[in-house]
Amino acid sequence: MTDLTRLSAVETRQAIASGQTSAVEVAQAHLDRIAAVDGHVHAFLHVDADGALAQARRVDDGELTGPLAGVPLALKDVITTEGVPTTVGSRILEGWVPPYDATVTERLKAAGIVILGKTNMDEFAMGSSTEHSAYGPTHNPWDLSRIPGGSGGGSSAALASYQAPLAIGTDTGGSIRQPASVTGTVGVKPTYGGVSRYGLVAFSSSLDQAGPCARTVLDAALLHEVIAGHDPRDSTSINAPVPPVVEAARTRDVTGLRVGVVKELQGDGYEPGVTARFTEAVETLKELGATVSEVSCPHFGYALPAYYLIAPSEASSNLARFDAVRYGLRVGDDGVRSLEDVMALTRAKGFGAEVKRRIILGTYALSSGYYDAYYGQAQKVRTLITRDFQRAWESVDVLVAPTCPTVAFPLGAKLEDPLAMYKQDICSIPANLYGGPAASFPVGLSEGLPVGLQVMAPTLREDLLYLVGGALEDAIPYAVPPLTWETS
Amino acid sequence: MSYETDLAEFEPVIGLETHVELGTASKMFCGCATTFGAEPNTQTCPVCLGLPGALPVVNAAAIEATIRIGLALHCDIATWCRFARKNYFYPDMPKNFQTSQYDEPLCTDGYLDVDVDGEVVRVPIERVHLEEDTGKTLHVGGSTGRIHGATHSLVDYNRAGIPLVEIVTKPVVGTGVRAAAVAKAYVTELRDVLRGLGVSDVRMEQGSMRCDVNTSLSRPGEEWGTRTETKNVNSLRSVERAVRSEVERQAAILRQGGSITQETRHFHEDSGTTSPGRSKEEATDYRYFPEPDLVPVAPDPAWVAALKDALPEAPSVQRKRLIEQLGLSDLDAQAMVNAGVLDLVLATVSEGAPAAEARNWWLGSLAQAANAQGVDAGDLPITPAQVARVVALVAAGDLTASLAKQVVDGVLAGEGGPDEVVAARGLKVVKDTGALQAAVDAAIAADPDAAEKIRGGKVQAVGALVGQVMKATRGQADAAAARTLILSTLGVSE
Repeated sequence: MTDLTRLSAVETRQAIASGQTSAVEVAQAHLDRIAAVDGHVHAFLHVDADGALAQARRVDDGELTGPLAGVPLALKDVITTEGVPTTVGSRILEGWVPPYDATVTERLKAAGIVILGKTNMDEFAMGSSTEHSAYGPTHNPWDLSRIPGGSGGGSSAALASYQAPLAIGTDTGGSIRQPASVTGTVGVKPTYGGVSRYGLVAFSSSLDQAGPCARTVLDAALLHEVIAGHDPRDSTSINAPVPPVVEAARTRDVTGLRVGVVKELQGDGYEPGVTARFTEAVETLKELGATVSEVSCPHFGYALPAYYLIAPSEASSNLARFDAVRYGLRVGDDGVRSLEDVMALTRAKGFGAEVKRRIILGTYALSSGYYDAYYGQAQKVRTLITRDFQRAWESVDVLVAPTCPTVAFPLGAKLEDPLAMYKQDICSIPANLYGGPAASFPVGLSEGLPVGLQVMAPTLREDLLYLVGGALEDAIPYAVPPLTWETS
Repeated sequence: MSYETDLAEFEPVIGLETHVELGTASKMFCGCATTFGAEPNTQTCPVCLGLPGALPVVNAAAIEATIRIGLALHCDIATWCRFARKNYFYPDMPKNFQTSQYDEPLCTDGYLDVDVDGEVVRVPIERVHLEEDTGKTLHVGGSTGRIHGATHSLVDYNRAGIPLVEIVTKPVVGTGVRAAAVAKAYVTELRDVLRGLGVSDVRMEQGSMRCDVNTSLSRPGEEWGTRTETKNVNSLRSVERAVRSEVERQAAILRQGGSITQETRHFHEDSGTTSPGRSKEEATDYRYFPEPDLVPVAPDPAWVAALKDALPEAPSVQRKRLIEQLGLSDLDAQAMVNAGVLDLVLATVSEGAPAAEARNWWLGSLAQAANAQGVDAGDLPITPAQVARVVALVAAGDLTASLAKQVVDGVLAGEGGPDEVVAARGLKVVKDTGALQAAVDAAIAADPDAAEKIRGGKVQAVGALVGQVMKATRGQADAAAARTLILSTLGVSE
């Protein structure tokens, strides 16, 4: 029998359904794989072997069925799991065991998906390298000395190192797409409101969105269908049918599709290898029957500064609840210190430097007398960026750009330079501010490292992403990570 | 100096912020129950505990109740508005922000007419908005129950997330010496309006209605003075006392050439005075911003119009109608308003008691009891229905007037409802004719002289025998029945 960890989700399900293997065998193979390689990669913060095997048994017993029943998945540690620790990559939630499942978790379980464990991430999803995790960085399976992207580097690295065929990420400014780009995997940020945020520990409420990650386009689409759809527990959840993503991932036909290349997301600051692979991929789409034109989105240049006002503002409020009173870390509670001192000491110790930076930024931006100049102004920019997208949809069906200006950079390279780190998300942030769906698909290598192409579509047109992704997948051979470190 | 002389020299401006817990079955943003007095932290869930990842969903019943309040207060209802986050750290607030409304309240610009000494005063309403209540902190180990000196604190989140409506008046000017009375009349009328709408149980002593009172003074012709905000004014009496106390305190300072500090002050029920709280310099920057976890609220104007049409009769209108129907005199009605018992009387009448009886109870022994205990008559542990029941028992001849008084005392003492008190204390009128006849026969035998006088036509001598019968039955006989029976036994007709 072939190595079960090398199968796609679709192949895994076929193998289970046909009786070639069992869900328990598949789960065990992945747990063994994690035990063997995660010491190098550090994709997981917590492995739930008992829970995974119990769920696999339910699938084998026929209690749970469906197109992904018995397929293992790595869950980003920002999604709550009843009875299983959820840290959000932060000391402040070390040891916290949620008493409830997120809607995403519920839907995964109901679909028979086997959750292997919780993956590493930048603390509170703030970062682009996973280096801001309080529990140490994740390493890129393509080159262990390099970053796996962030914040969802654990999920993308788990896929690229064959520790799981499926993963869940969350994307506030690019945290699904940039990790997908630098690990050569598929990552989709659905339309804001397309997937319930109930149980997603909030970073920036108006931007956060969970989505599917996988090694193949069809796998991602199948997972997308499992987690998407209206949830009455999330007021911002859209009450509309899920777009036909699986059908699109199977159709893969871009004939006549109008593709717009974003003029503002290229040129200076983009690595030549990234530009080369991107240009070739666009050429490929043209050859496959798409029409390609350049589209100007004049306000995209303001997306990054607007994002760094809106997201920290919301974060400064969202993260206020971590105060040592009800759950999580408590520092200095010696019976003498005041409540305020204990709160302050806990937050000083429990939050990392990047989280503190953003809390301070956001607190400042919302302050009386500064609100209009910062938060208010950023919201206006957000409106202008939305208009850029709407104007683009008058002439094209989708927009494309590199997912990220660079390939994976070495660990530590941007740690001392927050602005350089922030610029990793320069291409991905506009879609978050607009709210429409966007995805990253692998389009080859530059100097041996993966490059991603980003597709952006109108709200609730996720199907267009999968059309393009599927077409590229067929045309550009999947680059298999060499994993040279495994044998050394 | 007295309050009256103070307000002869200074002009007061008052403002009232009233918080009302809505009586919805579930909380503002989750499905938790809202029952008062439950075991601590048993009515909680991830949402109202602010657990990581939990999200709010607006309770539609709370929106409807708030709109109805706004309509009853003649407000404009927003066609589109948002919730906002009010950010500050406090341990009884699970998320360390309160989901509230800021610059886009649901209802704006209304008024409430209140009756003060027979004159209508219009109190302008600035806004009515919806927010969530906080939990309750209990400081343990100190002597005062306050945080100072406590060894630790306990937090009960049962109240956290209960829908709270804030009703804010515009500055009320020109009240002169009636400032305190207007404040009390406003809160009283507001309570009655809310009760009539059925949106809250408006129990000030349980905290489901809480009041903050703003007060400032200035000399005639000068700009408005600096105001203070007196917090935790939790009874109708206290509203009046808080205004009086602040007027007297501020007037004394101003008269000596001092200046008023803009601050919050705490009202103390025991002394009727206020003490300083937070000053303006210490005031928090709440960093309000629109709540991104909730979608905007956009009430359908047709629905709002339907709610308006379905509003119940305003208490003031209802009162006027009932007063006319019952034939109460203006003087009587005014006496009842002043004693704070008019609605209690009307409620007792609607429970079936004749107006005169209801009036006598509430203006008589019940008003005295309230006065003696220093509470509002409405806060006495007796309901209009119970008073009506006592009246009915008297009318049926089951109780005499003096027994009825004992029954009411029993109810006030917490012994149960009227029927329970009657049973427990054995207070029923002796109606058994056999027992009464025996007592009558015994009384006649014991006092043959009196019997002879009565037979001889001196009917007034019957009083002595009635007294004997009442004594023998320990007051449980109906005196009139005893009198009739004595006369008929002696063969005398009146």
